[in-house]
Amino acid sequence: MTSESIDIINAFALLTNFVLLPALSYGSQLALGALAVTLVYSVLRFSNFAQADSMAFGTMIVILLSSFMIGKGWTISGIPTALLAVPIAIVGTSIYLLSMDRLVYQHYRKIKAKSITIVMASIGVMFITGGIVRFILSAKAQKFADGERFIFSVREFKTYTGLEQGIALKTSQFLTITIALILVAFVFYFLQKTRTGKAMRAFSDNKELALLSGINPDKVVQITWLLVAVLTTIAGTLYGLDKGFAPQQYHLLLLPIFASVIVGGIGSPVGAIAGAFLISFSEVLLTYAYKKFLIYLLPLSMHPSSLVQLIGTEYKYAISFVILVVVLLIKPTGLFRGKVIVDD
Amino acid sequence: MINFNNIWQQYKTIISFSIMGGILLFVGFNQSWTLTLGIINLSLISAIMALGVNIQWGYAGLFNVGIMGFAALGGVSVVLISQQPVAEAIDAGGLKMFFALIMGAVTIASGVMLNRRGVNKWLISSIVVVGYIVTRYYFSEASGLIEKVNPGLEGYMGGLGLPIMLSWLVGGIAAAGAAWWIGKITLSLRSDYLAIVTLGISEIILYVIKNEDWFVRGVKNVAGLPRPVPLEVNMKKSEWLQDLVVWFNKADLQLLSESERASQLIELMKPASVIFVKLCYSGLFLAILVALIVLSNLALNSPWGRKVRAIRDNEVAASAMGKNIERQHLQIFVIGSAIVGIAGALLVTYDGILIPTAYQPLRYTFLIWVMVIVGGSGNNLGSVLGAFIIWFMWIQSGPIGMWAVEMIGNNVQAGGSFIEFIESRVHYLRLFFMGTIMLLIMRFSPGGILPEKNKEL
Repeated sequence: MTSESIDIINAFALLTNFVLLPALSYGSQLALGALAVTLVYSVLRFSNFAQADSMAFGTMIVILLSSFMIGKGWTISGIPTALLAVPIAIVGTSIYLLSMDRLVYQHYRKIKAKSITIVMASIGVMFITGGIVRFILSAKAQKFADGERFIFSVREFKTYTGLEQGIALKTSQFLTITIALILVAFVFYFLQKTRTGKAMRAFSDNKELALLSGINPDKVVQITWLLVAVLTTIAGTLYGLDKGFAPQQYHLLLLPIFASVIVGGIGSPVGAIAGAFLISFSEVLLTYAYKKFLIYLLPLSMHPSSLVQLIGTEYKYAISFVILVVVLLIKPTGLFRGKVIVDD
Repeated sequence: MINFNNIWQQYKTIISFSIMGGILLFVGFNQSWTLTLGIINLSLISAIMALGVNIQWGYAGLFNVGIMGFAALGGVSVVLISQQPVAEAIDAGGLKMFFALIMGAVTIASGVMLNRRGVNKWLISSIVVVGYIVTRYYFSEASGLIEKVNPGLEGYMGGLGLPIMLSWLVGGIAAAGAAWWIGKITLSLRSDYLAIVTLGISEIILYVIKNEDWFVRGVKNVAGLPRPVPLEVNMKKSEWLQDLVVWFNKADLQLLSESERASQLIELMKPASVIFVKLCYSGLFLAILVALIVLSNLALNSPWGRKVRAIRDNEVAASAMGKNIERQHLQIFVIGSAIVGIAGALLVTYDGILIPTAYQPLRYTFLIWVMVIVGGSGNNLGSVLGAFIIWFMWIQSGPIGMWAVEMIGNNVQAGGSFIEFIESRVHYLRLFFMGTIMLLIMRFSPGGILPEKNKEL
């Protein structure tokens, strides 16, 4: 091979390692959170501001359980212990979300409150949840990933291919992408094929008609919260395995999650996933410093001297906001034409 | 048999404000007057903020989750208006920064204009991209130059050196401008979009303030802001205050000998000067609060106010009568945000320092919401009362919580590590308790303590 074509391969290896893989895994994490928001929105008809903090709550249970399990030596080598703790954590999160529904949201459904009132209540829940998480785990950042860090590391990749630039596949990235795929497939199968899923969709399309055809609204609501608990706990755990756990960082995920949901079309599950990847790729592509990438591709005379970074990393939250605003200006229904429920 | 319920219904405003006043007097006599005045001053500022939010929520049902951002805009204007300009920094990078900002504005404006004219999308995008690159080039050069000028103390261009009172007005205008822009985008859409967008914009305003050091020094804070009231140090020497203190403590001072009396007087002047300065602030804030309440009540009883209430009570009917709901909502959103901006400016003026890291959503957005809901949404006096109650609880909950933990700790000998654990985190429980209070009030007494009076239209 000529050195030029190797340079091109190197450049794309670089891009895969620093853009493609991080954006794919971040996008999968956002997609799960966005799917949960969209489910709550379609069935319970409000924007759940407590979503990001619920993710922190689920992750908190995982962290507590996994540290207990590591203490007892109940681990499987190679797999992060956190994953083994997820099923129990899902039960815990389900109980929490269902009791919040019983204590807070049920009342507003019964009196047919305006959606904005329920949104306000969800902000109350958000602060309560955030308070509980910070009280138990403190506001400090911590890492809870154990086991093998890489599926294959940069060095292994380099010796195997002989390239100058390596690609590393982190265990957390691999797990995130595969688990997200399985989970999304499961949710879609559930919504499309099963009886309960169909009932949920019918309920979300037309509440009165669904009630007339004998669908039990309480059951639909419960199933929704159970699904949300599964998505929330797994999304939170995967994000934490990838980037570490810090309550404030989780809290700030709310904006990209909402942006994903609205960009894709609020109430549309496919839209939520598409929106999540749009947001994650924009964030990573715009904050990546292209200097090295361009050095591989451009002749020596044109090598850049600056970092060639379009937007500073500190403004990555602004990116999802700008996308959100642009979509609201151009196409408020979102890419996949979600439903726009008007207040009764 | 006196019916207490009737009396409460009739005089609840007076009763609840008297109880609050009584509690504050109690704190004044038992803890300290400086603490009481501190609570009162911050309650007054919070009351102004709550008033702005109450206008948005109570008059139009607009849910603003970005109070923090609007307050921060007010705070920044204080620095930009009242600080002295830093000539060296302006010489170094002022012109370039000006050019960069103009360039950015032109880029955005031309993008919007061309888009409206229906010009080819690719042409527009390339113009915007080129404009962005040029802007960014000059911008990073200029900000680097400015930040290099005496970074320990300055490293920014300073302000305009104008009187600080002007900045309150400017703070209101800045917040109103941001609100107008947000309102234009979201008010024609679903009601929760406003909530989401305000949440986003407030975080981003804070990111900009924290990261752009050339602007208002970022996380390095701007201290030593000018003050609208005299300094404590000068007050210590003022003769009339000294006379006043002597008159207040006549009985105590007469018992002492001449030399002891002088030293005792110096001791007494310390808290007296602090109290005097705080009272000055209280007077200022109270005047602004009363003026705003009077203005908003006048407005609500005017034809404009009748339209506002008509739209709030029945949007469909009002719309059928030819009222423009969207424009009405935009007006109210802008007015409410302007008031929040003014309060934000007052807060920074009172602190005398701009600390960007102190802007937390809990303190600035959520707490204000709890005030509005507890006090009585839709009722201006209610939100003032809510501000006093919630701020008082906020300030006192820390010490009370610590005291409770220590009491438990003293009685329970075993499990010392558990007590330590609780002690180090007791302040996070505030989040929990404030959230619980908000949810309880929303659930069981949606009108708050002083519900809005139902007036005949």
